[in-house]
Amino acid sequence: MARITAGVATSHVPAIGAAVDLGKTKEDYWAPLFKGYEFSKQWIAKENPDVVILVYNDHATAFDMKVIPTFAVGCGESFGIADEGWGARPVPEVIGHPDLAWHISQSVIQEDFDLTIINEMEVDHGLSVPLTLMFDQPDAWPCRVIPLAVNVVLYPPPSGMRCYRLGQAIRRAVDTFDEDLDVQIWGTGGMSHQLQGPRAGLINKDFDADFLERIVNDPEALAAMPHIEYMRNAGAEGIELVMWHIMRGALNEKVKELHRFYHVPASNTAVGHLVLENTE
Amino acid sequence: MALDKPYTDIPGTTIFDSSQARKGYKLNQFFYSLMKAENRERFLSDERAYLEERNIGEEQIQAVMDRDYNRVISLGGNVYFFGKLFFTDEQSFEVGASSMTGMAPGEYREMMISGGRSVEGNRYTEEQD
Repeated sequence: MARITAGVATSHVPAIGAAVDLGKTKEDYWAPLFKGYEFSKQWIAKENPDVVILVYNDHATAFDMKVIPTFAVGCGESFGIADEGWGARPVPEVIGHPDLAWHISQSVIQEDFDLTIINEMEVDHGLSVPLTLMFDQPDAWPCRVIPLAVNVVLYPPPSGMRCYRLGQAIRRAVDTFDEDLDVQIWGTGGMSHQLQGPRAGLINKDFDADFLERIVNDPEALAAMPHIEYMRNAGAEGIELVMWHIMRGALNEKVKELHRFYHVPASNTAVGHLVLENTE
Repeated sequence: MALDKPYTDIPGTTIFDSSQARKGYKLNQFFYSLMKAENRERFLSDERAYLEERNIGEEQIQAVMDRDYNRVISLGGNVYFFGKLFFTDEQSFEVGASSMTGMAPGEYREMMISGGRSVEGNRYTEEQD
């Protein structure tokens, strides 16, 4: 049977991808950030998961204003790397796991989570930057990836609790998949940041520290936080943090925290990172 | 009954909600078109002609040509869409964001390196007077 072995949370700032692609990771500005991921790279090389369910948001890349799905799961064989306006990142294409993705879709839709099925799409930095942070620059990504895109561009995104419950439903779906697979789930985006308007550049370290603590140890209560608290206290784009609840909902109530990292800034954003092991 | 919009008193912030999305539909689809290299080239060679082809209002055309992103936001633009124009202009997201704050790019970068803009005094518009 398949099992969810671990969860990873990380920000997915595009400038991080550019720093790796352009060989800037040793520069003073970037070095402290990449140091925070050294543990995680070693850890995941040992864990060697078969599949990562990667929760991210599309940044007006695959989805324009024509169609805006709240939750969309990539069921295709593979996903190309998008040109977001400066040429596609030089990273490998993403190989999906259609059997598990379809299994998850069919399972959770019957639990009232109406996912949109995507067979063909390109993925942007929201998905590729976390892969880079965890796997560096391989010729091919070392595992299959199921993209799970969440709308956080158009207000309102799904509530934190809806995300948490979806994570729980995904967990039940993975648990009933017959193939013997080690599956990780990653929640990406955040932490505090605002990219727009005169308040751009807002960072809230206290909010982020509290969020990092509670998503590990008090996740269900944290998932009840209303949208306005993210937007007011963690910046308009801090709302991306709702995606972390899907990751956390798919793990056990009690988890073992293997790694926690926090750094300001990456471009306009506070970077947060967790590695959580699903203990029995 | 009107929608509850508890976010209208966040200073310096426009939430991209249904009203903004409706207002900015064509504008945002224009920004989205810049995902294609050939469109970026055509736009840069004659901005006005490219914008007029897309049936965007004059106010929006002017805001785009001025790179006045606060104006773009007030006319329905969304940052993830107009970010494509930052990239078309070969500008980083950091420099693009700084242009909306009234700060010089270097000054903004220093603020970010020193921990970013504080949330204190920046939660409610009434704190700003």
